[in-house]
Amino acid sequence: MNWIANFVRPKIRALVNKPDVPDNLWEKCPSCEQMVFHRELDANLRVCPHCNHHLRISARQRLEWLFDDGEFKVIELPETLADPLKFRDRKRYTDRLKEAQAKNEDKEAIVVAHGEIGGSSVVLAAFNFSFMGGSMGMAVGEGLLAAARLAVLQDAALIVVPASGGARMQEGILSLMQMPRSVIAVDLVKEAGLPYIVLLSDPTTGGVSASFAMLGDIAIAEPGATIGFAGKRVIEETIRETLPEGFQRSEYLLDHGMVDMVVPRQELKVTLGRVLNLLSVKSPSAEIVPLPGTEDIAVEVEAEAEVEAETSQETAENGKGEPEDGKTE
Amino acid sequence: MHNFLDFEKPIAELEGKIEELRHLSDSGDMNIAEEVTKLQGKADRLLRQTYARLTAWQKSQVARHPDRPHFRHYIEQLVDDFTPLAGDRAFAEDAAIVGGIGRFRGYSVMVIGQEKGSDTHARVKHNFGMARPEGYRKAQRLMEMADRFGLPLITLVDTAGAYPGIGAEERGQSQAIARSIEVSLGMKVPVISVIIGEGGSGGAIALASANSVIMLEHSIYSVISPEGCASILWRSGDQAKEAAEALKLTAQDLKKLGVIDEVVAEPLGGAHRGADTTITAVGDVVERLLVEMRRKDGTVLKQQRRDKFLGMGQKGLS
Repeated sequence: MNWIANFVRPKIRALVNKPDVPDNLWEKCPSCEQMVFHRELDANLRVCPHCNHHLRISARQRLEWLFDDGEFKVIELPETLADPLKFRDRKRYTDRLKEAQAKNEDKEAIVVAHGEIGGSSVVLAAFNFSFMGGSMGMAVGEGLLAAARLAVLQDAALIVVPASGGARMQEGILSLMQMPRSVIAVDLVKEAGLPYIVLLSDPTTGGVSASFAMLGDIAIAEPGATIGFAGKRVIEETIRETLPEGFQRSEYLLDHGMVDMVVPRQELKVTLGRVLNLLSVKSPSAEIVPLPGTEDIAVEVEAEAEVEAETSQETAENGKGEPEDGKTE
Repeated sequence: MHNFLDFEKPIAELEGKIEELRHLSDSGDMNIAEEVTKLQGKADRLLRQTYARLTAWQKSQVARHPDRPHFRHYIEQLVDDFTPLAGDRAFAEDAAIVGGIGRFRGYSVMVIGQEKGSDTHARVKHNFGMARPEGYRKAQRLMEMADRFGLPLITLVDTAGAYPGIGAEERGQSQAIARSIEVSLGMKVPVISVIIGEGGSGGAIALASANSVIMLEHSIYSVISPEGCASILWRSGDQAKEAAEALKLTAQDLKKLGVIDEVVAEPLGGAHRGADTTITAVGDVVERLLVEMRRKDGTVLKQQRRDKFLGMGQKGLS
């Protein structure tokens, strides 16, 4: 048996299957059409070294490249009703979903993770454009709400990186309802006094741009991203005119006052870190200065704090050492 | 007399015949009068049968009927001393959205809604009810004003969608819609929305983030127009019928999905065959809701509105 499994089978397999030729080592830049070696492209955060075109990236890549040291924790997202309308066009929606899940690492168009950026606590929700065009249905709405609630819980900033064509048609009106729902998510964060930053990536259009994506305290756009409400074709058909050069691109939006800045991918992390720091660390680094005449009290308080810190440390250690139903007193 | 829709052809033919006979009966023939009554009964039955089982696509057509009562008609019949307020204070006045203060059955209220226009001149003036960012920013201004003065907000939604144009994009159509939703959700006064005709996507939800959303029996509310959906998913606009069906955009389906709160019945043959009755029925429901909500504290109203949207998506269609 061993001989068959170890020797014969691979031989047959080798005969039947074509040898693995790595055919994706070179990628063509969709903008300038130059060939770029994949490692070079990745090292450059998938920005074309020839024309500076920012290629679309996955949610996971986004998380890796934004969080400090590429470290983050992805959270499990709440389950939602699958196919609430029993939607069917030329294909069943459930089949489209399965297809999307098969070719993607994640189960839906959004990934939520927490970690640090530039030392600040951040909850980050990133879209996967490759998952049904990053379209927003119930799962995405729930994801945004979960991200917002986590941010409030952790006293962290919320950063959302949309890459989406808009609402998911296959969930009909329930997708439209994600517009107010995502706005509520944003307001939960804002009401808690925490920063909400949107990083608009290519593309951010339709119902996604007309809800949470345009409500950031700070709106940052990646160069060359398409950002807008209506699709170009719809506008052209309505007004029967050709659209101006660069229409609905990040730079165009910056010119029209719709975003705060356009930041190249390589500088995003530093920019986000700086902004977060400015919004949260509001005074010179903390140093306890006693009020005149209250020095004694201040010392007492300090001493108390020290004692408290020691006890809590002990408790934590005790907790580790005690296997008894994991409870710490 | 009426503008008939394509599926109303048999009804139109019958009514045409009745009209003809009526002309003849002026000569005083008893038999003709009898015949007219008979035909009228037949026409009414046919109308009842047709409207009792309208398809989603037929409802879309009824919802867009040119003779359907529009914003203006509701105001004329339901709101006294209506005082329109114009402009967004930043760029322009957009007549696609009309808003103002007025007295509704004794209560001072803010009313905002899209006006489609009922003749060519009005349609052009109101841009067929498709608002630009200025329209939504005016709406926000009026919402904030209503909030400040404790005036309940009533919105009447009737739009194919927000206007897709170069200027609209340049001036932030997305941001204007997003912000309208945000302002509406934050209000500490009762917000009641009525979908009186077409509830077209983002352009509609901008004015429908309300405590209670009610829909007329043959109105529609959808994430995308049937035509738009067909052209994307079926790659052809001809499949609009199928798309309308699949999108579940009728008041009845949306009620089952828990997205809207109430359906208001239309008179036989649709709102355009009995505008007064329709408008009064809408007024009655709005008044009842208003009276209920006015008793509640502002923060409760805001929380309730939030909870309502947060709770959506629990129910699917079987």
